[in-house]
Amino acid sequence: MSLWEYANPVKFFALSGRLLPWAAGLSAACLLIGLYWGFFHTPDDYRMGSTVKIIYIHVPSALMAINAWFMMLVASLIWLIRRHHVSALAAKAAAPVGTVMTLIALITGAIWGQPMWGTWWAWDPRLTSFLILFLFYIGYLIMWQSVENPDKAADLTSVLCIVGSVFAVLSRYAVNFWNQGLHQGASLSLDKEKNVADVFYQPLLFAIAGFVLLFFALVLLGTRSEIRLRRAAAVRMRRGI
Amino acid sequence: MIALLSRDLKLTIRAGGGFGFAILFFFIVTLLLAFGIGPDIQLLRKIAPGALWVCALLACLLSMDRLFALDFEDGSLDLLLVAPIPLEVVVFAKSLAHWITTGLPLALITPLLGIFWDLPEKGYFWVCFSLLVGTPALSMIGAFGAALTLGLRRGGLLLSVLVLPLYVPTLIFGAEVSRLGAEGLDLQTPFLLLIALTLGALSLLPFAAAAVLRINLR
Repeated sequence: MSLWEYANPVKFFALSGRLLPWAAGLSAACLLIGLYWGFFHTPDDYRMGSTVKIIYIHVPSALMAINAWFMMLVASLIWLIRRHHVSALAAKAAAPVGTVMTLIALITGAIWGQPMWGTWWAWDPRLTSFLILFLFYIGYLIMWQSVENPDKAADLTSVLCIVGSVFAVLSRYAVNFWNQGLHQGASLSLDKEKNVADVFYQPLLFAIAGFVLLFFALVLLGTRSEIRLRRAAAVRMRRGI
Repeated sequence: MIALLSRDLKLTIRAGGGFGFAILFFFIVTLLLAFGIGPDIQLLRKIAPGALWVCALLACLLSMDRLFALDFEDGSLDLLLVAPIPLEVVVFAKSLAHWITTGLPLALITPLLGIFWDLPEKGYFWVCFSLLVGTPALSMIGAFGAALTLGLRRGGLLLSVLVLPLYVPTLIFGAEVSRLGAEGLDLQTPFLLLIALTLGALSLLPFAAAAVLRINLR
């Protein structure tokens, strides 16, 4: 029994079919609990007032925007090294989700920034690097669309994803160098003590779990429809349509 | 490799090769930018290093889609694929030829354009020198993009969308070097980072570009 067995589309289909309702249901539950708890049962922050509550959307979506790209990178590497089609399709399915997560993070950030910083947009390293990440996502998506041969498209986008990752990290540090930040430091980290008070922290964990599961469910769903599309194309080709 | 380099250089410089268009483009864009901003010479002088860098970067991108496309159309790229030299070297030679015909003249002409923008005295040297150091990276990154979009419809358009975000780090360090240089401040850190970026791009990207070319020629 190894993980690679699920590179077989049939096995992947069976497993993902069983996982999908659970992931989707749990995601909905976590999001409901996290957002409801966060919006209605936490006090207003003494400085930020009720605007603090956008944290329950902003932080998880920003987190997933980066993790989605990272997942695409891993999937691209698996595709290039081991040629598992499911992996390439999973990377393809993750890209639109990641793009939307980036967009949500940017938009919620702007909505929060307007009353707090007095501006919708600041040329802050974090904001700027998210904008660049968004451009990378768009480029990746366009690349998938413009190549017709699916295997070639998977190869090209995989290389693009790897090179793009290197340049995304470079840009992140270059932008850091370019301008000092207005954005606060990381809200969450594994090794340091947390910067968010417990009242806000607990519902945030639910919201993050909800976003992670949502991403997982959407990627499963997307990969399944990509596999179905592939099968339909194969059937059409066999029948000579 | 030298034969390939001289072939590419000849093809570009002789009639119909488009040599000089990049410089002309560079010149016109800086002019347009000045028109767009207005004749406030204080302001122009202040933003000159960054503006020149952005214009040079756009000019660099201009001839990029021709890098492999012409050889792809007439089939010589297929021959280069089976040639006794590695494809990585081919990519490197072609990017070098692109740099010699685009990046190098662009960098050398910036002092002239600096007069229009009333660059501070030290700025002439540093804008020119930072472009000299940074443009090889731009050519190499562009070559990767050109390899990626080879043979696609609307490849040229896609090329700029893909490549421009990849130019961000080079632009940041390059413009920072010229800005600090023009103001006479200490520029060691961004300058070293710019050099590192160029060397890294020159040593690693040929592999990525060659891999992509092989996929595209399959």
